[in-house]
Amino acid sequence: MTTYRIAIVGSGPGGLSAAAHAAKLGLSHILLEKTDHLSDTIYKYQKGKHVMATPSQLVLRSPLDFEAGKREVVLGTWNEQTAAAGVNVKHGAEVKSIVGTGAPIPGSVMQLATRNRDGTTSTTELQRNAPPYRLTLTNGEEIMAEAVIMALGTQGNPNLMGCPGGNLPHVQYQLDDPTEYTDEHIFVIGGGDAGIENALGLCADPAQNNTVTLINRTADFPTAKDANVKALLAARDAGRISIMAESNTTMVEPGFITVETRDGEVRARCDRIIARIGSAPPRGFVESCGIEFASADRLAFPKLSATFESTAPGIYVVGALAGYPLIKHCMNQGHDVVEFINGNLDLKPADEPILEAKFAGLPGRRSVAEWLEYLRDRVSILNGMSSLQMREFMLDSAVKLYRAGETIFERSAPGSSLFGIADGEVAVEVNPNDPSITVPIGTGQIFGEVGLISGRRRGATIKAARDTIVVEISRNAALKLMSQVPSASREITRINTERTLLQIFKSGLAPADLVDVIAGAKVETIRAGQAIIKEGETGDDIFIIRSGSMVVEKSIGGKPVFLSYVPAGSYVGEMAVIDGSARSATVRAAVKSDVIRLAGEPFRALLAAKPQLLDKLRGEMASRTKLNNFVESKKDSFSGVVDMYTGVANFLVEQGVGEATDVLLIDEKLCVGCDNCEKACADTHDGLSRLDREAGRTYAHLHVPTSCRHCEHPHCMADCPPNAIHRGPTGEVYIDETCIGCGNCQRNCPYGVIRLDKTPPKKPWLLSWFLFGSGPGPGEASHKWAKKHDPAYAEKAKKAIKCDMCSGQEGGPACVRACPTGAAIRVSPEQFLSVSLMNREDR
Amino acid sequence: MASTAPVRKAMTGKAVTRAPRDTAHEGFLTHKRGRWAKVALTLSIVAMGAYLLTDPVPRHNGGTWLGYLLGSIGAGMIVWLSLLGVRKRVIGSKPFSLKGWTSAHVYLGLSLIVIGTLHTGFQLGWNVHTLAWALMMIVILSGLWGISLYANLPERLSANRGEVTQLQMLEAIRTLDRQLDTAAQPLGGEDAEFVRMSLEQCTIAGSLRQRLFGNYASDGNARALAAISEKVMAGLRSGRADDRLQQIQFLLERKEAALAQARRHISLKTQLELWLYVHVPVTIALLAALLAHIISVFLYW
Ligand SMILES: Cc1cc2nc3c(=O)[nH]c(=O)nc-3n(C[C@H](O)[C@H](O)[C@H](O)COP(=O)(O)OP(=O)(O)OC[C@H]3O[C@@H](n4cnc5c(N)ncnc54)[C@H](O)[C@@H]3O)c2cc1C
Ligand code: HEM
Ligand code: SF4
Ligand code: SF4
Repeated sequence: MTTYRIAIVGSGPGGLSAAAHAAKLGLSHILLEKTDHLSDTIYKYQKGKHVMATPSQLVLRSPLDFEAGKREVVLGTWNEQTAAAGVNVKHGAEVKSIVGTGAPIPGSVMQLATRNRDGTTSTTELQRNAPPYRLTLTNGEEIMAEAVIMALGTQGNPNLMGCPGGNLPHVQYQLDDPTEYTDEHIFVIGGGDAGIENALGLCADPAQNNTVTLINRTADFPTAKDANVKALLAARDAGRISIMAESNTTMVEPGFITVETRDGEVRARCDRIIARIGSAPPRGFVESCGIEFASADRLAFPKLSATFESTAPGIYVVGALAGYPLIKHCMNQGHDVVEFINGNLDLKPADEPILEAKFAGLPGRRSVAEWLEYLRDRVSILNGMSSLQMREFMLDSAVKLYRAGETIFERSAPGSSLFGIADGEVAVEVNPNDPSITVPIGTGQIFGEVGLISGRRRGATIKAARDTIVVEISRNAALKLMSQVPSASREITRINTERTLLQIFKSGLAPADLVDVIAGAKVETIRAGQAIIKEGETGDDIFIIRSGSMVVEKSIGGKPVFLSYVPAGSYVGEMAVIDGSARSATVRAAVKSDVIRLAGEPFRALLAAKPQLLDKLRGEMASRTKLNNFVESKKDSFSGVVDMYTGVANFLVEQGVGEATDVLLIDEKLCVGCDNCEKACADTHDGLSRLDREAGRTYAHLHVPTSCRHCEHPHCMADCPPNAIHRGPTGEVYIDETCIGCGNCQRNCPYGVIRLDKTPPKKPWLLSWFLFGSGPGPGEASHKWAKKHDPAYAEKAKKAIKCDMCSGQEGGPACVRACPTGAAIRVSPEQFLSVSLMNREDR
Repeated sequence: MASTAPVRKAMTGKAVTRAPRDTAHEGFLTHKRGRWAKVALTLSIVAMGAYLLTDPVPRHNGGTWLGYLLGSIGAGMIVWLSLLGVRKRVIGSKPFSLKGWTSAHVYLGLSLIVIGTLHTGFQLGWNVHTLAWALMMIVILSGLWGISLYANLPERLSANRGEVTQLQMLEAIRTLDRQLDTAAQPLGGEDAEFVRMSLEQCTIAGSLRQRLFGNYASDGNARALAAISEKVMAGLRSGRADDRLQQIQFLLERKEAALAQARRHISLKTQLELWLYVHVPVTIALLAALLAHIISVFLYW
């Protein structure tokens, strides 16, 4: 058997570029691709998708060409150039194991943790062997190589059907074109978004005459988006689709399917099965090759050296799997890794100029490598990072020199980035009324973590105490850091607990006073709806809400009545510590939240030592008791009003208001349906409306239209390849022009407020519409009009668009300004979820 | 990861205050605790006081100093009230509140009853001057009509649509049509004819009359439903129930219900706009008459 110099697993932009470069250098190589075409991830993009080539300043080093353009063109170019370069491709080659065939490497043993079905984990030990590696394919073929480049991407493999017959050819795991099938009995398995969208696609056109059934394991659809579930139920009510809930497939035969339902077994005619039961990330396979990940966190990536080498010597990881999801990055890494394997260790990464620019203008005249080393060494939470991680980390971060007295951020500024002090010292103005009272934070330490963790505005103004070099770590980089470097995560949590306590309780407390309280503090994650305090129970723990929010309810006359809404950065449960009484109300999570649980005992000791703090808490407690009494008295006289208040509050919490910072509400007792809000939105935002007034949920004539809630921890930011989603200076969540239109944010937003669309051409002046009827008039123009008036429209790229809270517009949200009756308001939940809501019914 | 493109509006660490905005949950009639109602009321009372306290010779009319004053105020107000149509459509980025504008529009508009009428000195006759006054009164009365609709219909609109959008209502009807079409395939001549009646002779909204009075008895679907129901009943009585016809009847009933919802929706939306078809054209006529009135006054002078 020949032993190749390099085996490359996966032919995405990373693997393909590596293979082409190996071919160019004349290295013996083989490119293994599991499908029958190249670059499966891009192959699966929507037809005609405009592929974007960001970041634009990054030079492309790959032997293959790549520029922004249609999916078909990009793939066509690569197919041609791969063939021309003489790349040795093997299609249909899915690698299932990679093991070293050399001698065992002393001390190189990996602990492999596997999660069992029952939730427990078991660990096995894996002894790594030296290269060359033997790669085994799923068809049993074997391939030998001295070095392996893993470029698998992050798509992973779809979960397979486990029942007998699950491997028959009419069972498929993807649906490329729902219009392809006609006159068939089709079963879609899985009630997640993918399954629902596929099922709806198959029954959308009755002319196709498909009989579509969706099989779902549970009774409802907890993981799918509300809009999808509604569309599905509407399709069922319209008779276009059948749903089998609480059902499991037990057997597949040619032409038939057997399903176990709650009422017994059903065998039905079935020509095709589309199973959308999730997919397994490639992590399990990658680990089994001896490649360690940075942590157990779902977001973690493999541990890599500066040359992309993993913990298994001779196995390299590049591309999305290494944490770089942009095509250009993937291609450059493919090139670089082959250079490294070929012995060119001096090669500077392509992003060197970008990093150079980041360090330009700082004192000390260090090279990029020296700066990275300097930061890693000085800022304690960065100590555990590898040099590759530092590079990637730096791309998303900034370093700045602040002169003595310069403000780094102000109280109440929005901001979720984390700061580390590389050199110098900052002063925290803890008292808003007296800026002269400051607390120092010194070299090596961090600040800004409260904003990062709670998603709320800055709690204090921070200025440089002397000339200070600070690294500002964006929210994304910080979250990644916490998942990659467990020690950093622990450190941030500890500091956050301490500072949150100081910030909340103030009253002249110093960190030393809190030692005992913090020693007993625990951070707990609370599911939405779960109670941390139950009315009537005894207990004296105090809870600080670190992220998310809570609602407080009291049972009056046997019914739960909504008392108040508690945002992150507040505390609950202090009453029991002060007066020793049983819990007077129930506190439950409005959304998934993190709380810090403080034991009552040390806290009581703290109160005994600090009478000021006791007074402060007493004051707070008095106002809470007053509120309770007020609601209770209302309940006696105006029972209906209080029920309505509770109903509305619960409805709003269900609609995600608990994690919102700013939400659009429409009072349908006032809304005349003129859609002036939508028109105003379009007219102030490139001609595209970012809100759908009619869509959305309604309760007691209070309507929550489809419009961004500007979440504290925006779900949409989770998985944006170019990192195009940010929080702006007035707290708005917005998407910048680097969006590549991948649609991830649209899928990730649970409220369905993002859409992908193209900018229409400019409309003629309003006056000419007024007088001569030219142009489409106020509001969003139709696609037809846009097509007719812009020859380039058809070719334009679709990008993600959403509400930006009209940031930068002096008048504030245009939708609110433009509502003639006052039906539309944009408010923060604290503003709205208060007792004043009760007056709504009194009016 | 690395987004290295210049960021449009990066955070600066500054506590940028948000643009001030109206977060008060009050409708246009109660805007700022009825500020404009108070202004308009004061204006009317002052005008009436001045009218009663002065005793011009030979009598009150547009030509006295008070008449001129009231006339100028009135004309200015009419022009300003008309500009609401422009304000509504030019959004820009500057602060304004259309709700505030509407609130002022309504109350100042009502005060024109006093100001405009006192301006005439009750000297009405068959001339261009009285025409302007009459048109003004029509606009104002139509405005009042509008207000009563704005006060009552939104709640009904909301209750009728629940959480369904107009598009979804129409989509539901189309879907039922497709199901009817499929279900009618095996049917014979006359029965299929009825289904076709529902498919082809059914209008959702119909004429303005129908929209307003909701009489759709002669519509294709209603007739088809009546005919099919009769046949189903006959079948039941004779003990030979026809499953296929019953299925059709069921679908026609559902379509009738879906139509009823969509029609109520459209009817309410029509009513919410209809009054504007008096308010706005008459406003334009008023502006023309006002111009004629002013020119003729100065010509005679
Ligand atoms: C809808 C969408 C739109 C996007 N748009 C853009 C864009 O416009 N611009 C941009 O820069 N980025 C975009 N991205 C991101 C980009 O496509 C991916 O991050 C990139 O393709 C990752 O490249 P890769 O080489 O790491 O892996 P992939 O492209 O995922 O390729 C991995 C390859 O490995 C194969 N493979 C997997 N497992 C095995 C195995 N065991 N054995 C053999 N072969 C295997 C797969 O079949 C696949 O061909 C988009 C992503 C999506 C989902
Ligand atoms: C002479 C007096 C008046 C004039 C010239 C006038 C003129 C107008 C005009 C031009 C519009 C804009 C319509 C559009 O573009 O959609 C309008 C809207 C309106 N007017 Fe008047 N109006 C007058 C008096 C009144 C009065 C007295 C009332 C109420 C009692 C009233 C209530 C309204 C209302 C509710 C609107 C609709 C606002 C909206 O939905 O945007 N108007 N008026
Ligand atoms: S787009 Fe969706 S997830 Fe993102 S902030 Fe808005 S509501 Fe939240
Ligand atoms: S903004 Fe949304 S569509 Fe655009 S690149 Fe980011 S995740 Fe993809």
